[in-house]
Amino acid sequence: MARIRAMLKTTAVRLSLLYLLLFVVSATALLFYISAQSERAIRGQTERAIEREVRAINSTYRRSGVNGLVRQIERRSRQPGSNLYIIASPNGEIFAGNVAEIQPGIFDQNGDINEPFKYKRFGDFDAEYTALAHVMELPNGFKLLVGRDLAEPDRFNNLIERALMSALAIMGLGALAIWFFVGRSALKRIDRMSAASEKIMGGDLSQRLPVMGSGDEFDRMSTSLNTMLGRIEQLNEGLRQVSDNIAHDLKTPLTRLRNRAESTLASKATAKDYRAALEDMISESDQLIRIFSALLMISRVEAGSAAAKLSDLDLSAVALDAAELYEPVAEDADVKLITDIDKDIKINGNRELIGQTLTNLIDNAIKYSSGDVKSRDDANIWVRLKSEDDKIVLSVSDNGPGIPKDKYDEVTKRFVRLDKSRNKPGTGLGLSLVDAVIRMHGGELELSTTDDQKEDLPGLTVSLKFPAKA
Amino acid sequence: MKILIIEDDLETAAYLTKAFREAGLNVDHASDGDSGYFLATENSYDVMVVDRMLPKRDGLSIISSLRDQGNETPVLILSALGQVDDRVTGLRAGGDDYLTKPYAFSELLARVEILGRRKGTRDTETIYRVGDLELDRLSHEVRRGGQVINLQPREYSLLEYLMNNAGQVVTRTMLLENVWDYHFDPQTNVIDVHISRLRSKIEKGFEGSLLHTIRGAGYILKASEN
Repeated sequence: MARIRAMLKTTAVRLSLLYLLLFVVSATALLFYISAQSERAIRGQTERAIEREVRAINSTYRRSGVNGLVRQIERRSRQPGSNLYIIASPNGEIFAGNVAEIQPGIFDQNGDINEPFKYKRFGDFDAEYTALAHVMELPNGFKLLVGRDLAEPDRFNNLIERALMSALAIMGLGALAIWFFVGRSALKRIDRMSAASEKIMGGDLSQRLPVMGSGDEFDRMSTSLNTMLGRIEQLNEGLRQVSDNIAHDLKTPLTRLRNRAESTLASKATAKDYRAALEDMISESDQLIRIFSALLMISRVEAGSAAAKLSDLDLSAVALDAAELYEPVAEDADVKLITDIDKDIKINGNRELIGQTLTNLIDNAIKYSSGDVKSRDDANIWVRLKSEDDKIVLSVSDNGPGIPKDKYDEVTKRFVRLDKSRNKPGTGLGLSLVDAVIRMHGGELELSTTDDQKEDLPGLTVSLKFPAKA
Repeated sequence: MKILIIEDDLETAAYLTKAFREAGLNVDHASDGDSGYFLATENSYDVMVVDRMLPKRDGLSIISSLRDQGNETPVLILSALGQVDDRVTGLRAGGDDYLTKPYAFSELLARVEILGRRKGTRDTETIYRVGDLELDRLSHEVRRGGQVINLQPREYSLLEYLMNNAGQVVTRTMLLENVWDYHFDPQTNVIDVHISRLRSKIEKGFEGSLLHTIRGAGYILKASEN
């Protein structure tokens, strides 16, 4: 019973109930319409039959007078399923014919009697019959009534009505059955979905909602929920990884910090040594702080709290500013910074975050293009901003050694540094911050080589693809 | 200079009080919002350093109440939060500067000193002078010893900011915020490179250095003593 009640609450069942109701109403209307139409058609047929009869009898009368008329009527009345014939005296008494009794007042009328009237037959006084008729006055004042019983048309009518009624009933029952099965299967799928989501709530994020492959609304919902779950799982995984990494990455500098303090205390150091040690420790702590703020920033950006702070932004100006900020740095590092920035490109964005992202990328590019390779005089980096179809592409390229293509995915993960010894300055958070920022802007991050032709120095191009402003 | 610190973490407060006193400042301390507000209304301070999250009454509400009463004492907000919008809400509530924890004391000191000096601001002067260096804010012309020095627009803004705060330590972060309008810390010391360029432009071929590096803190622009 509870199941039925639950079923009654499903949208599918409610909708089908509504449809059922609409169906019954329209089918009933149809029924009435059809039976009215068929009744009219049959009555019209009856009336035409009467008319034919009247014409025939009339011609007989004209040919052979009253006697011939009576004879013909007697003959016709005896035929099975015959019409009604009455010859009545001018005062309405039945004179001849095959009718025992007739509704009074019929003979007062003349011509077609279109309202069904009652009559009784010989030998069957208990039953009343109905008929339509035509009354005609004969020249001698007598009246002739030719009628047709309505039992047959009525039967036909009833037949149609019954047929329609049973069709209606069958359809109703069918609808109920379909409704029951549809409702039940919908409910079953929902049950399966809630079972799956309970498992997920229980902490098993690898669970997915069932997808039947039919592409219906349940499937679509399951698919989008599954996508969401995938993202949650990914974020969760990221979070787990981060806490592992934090533990690892912060432990190293913290230990170094502590050791430095301890060894300075233990040694017979002069004031100058103390000062040097303290300065080291400060820069070590600064590095720690930098890691913390980068982490905080990433999690804030990923939480999307800054998403609302997007506003009209002149990306060209942001790119120029960043390039200008780094131009002297590049020059000092013997790297040529080349800008190719289209003017007046606007997006919906956050200047701070994009500025930080971009300086980050330029900083990296400078670091890695001059990099380990012995002093080069052709180290270049490019900052480009182009509008391409429906995308706006901001890219930073270098012509340094690049990174292996199979590591592209890895480097956007937090704390991943391909440089295992970690002796280059940096938090290992750069690209994951970039990734988080571009994602917040509804765009995507793409890594590629700058020049495939050069095997030893393919370079790295980091492209930020923003959606064009609508 | 007399300052008020409203900070509920007693250890931090003790450290700050001591460090500020060593730097020659006169320090009062309140450890919750109510007493901080009381001190701020009773006494007159040159600068207030206010933590955002305080027991009894939060920092922003103290600041807006003071501003409503016409108290214009410069306020530096300290905060553990650290996003752009936090800064914006802080400044909108009436704060004059915003610093995110953790911070270096040298950064805090430099900012407090600049805030404390702001009362006699140089914003109205049209020509800044430090030693024989001159910056004309109307014609955007820079001269040293009468000789014109050509600067890029950004170098000009950098010098203008330094000259406006001549004799005060300015940190790299302050330069990034005020000259480049960036509120984050780029990894490499980009500022150092810009400073050294500027320095070579205003010092090369001239007698006496003006732009000095203060280790662990930042830069100071001042005429050499000799």
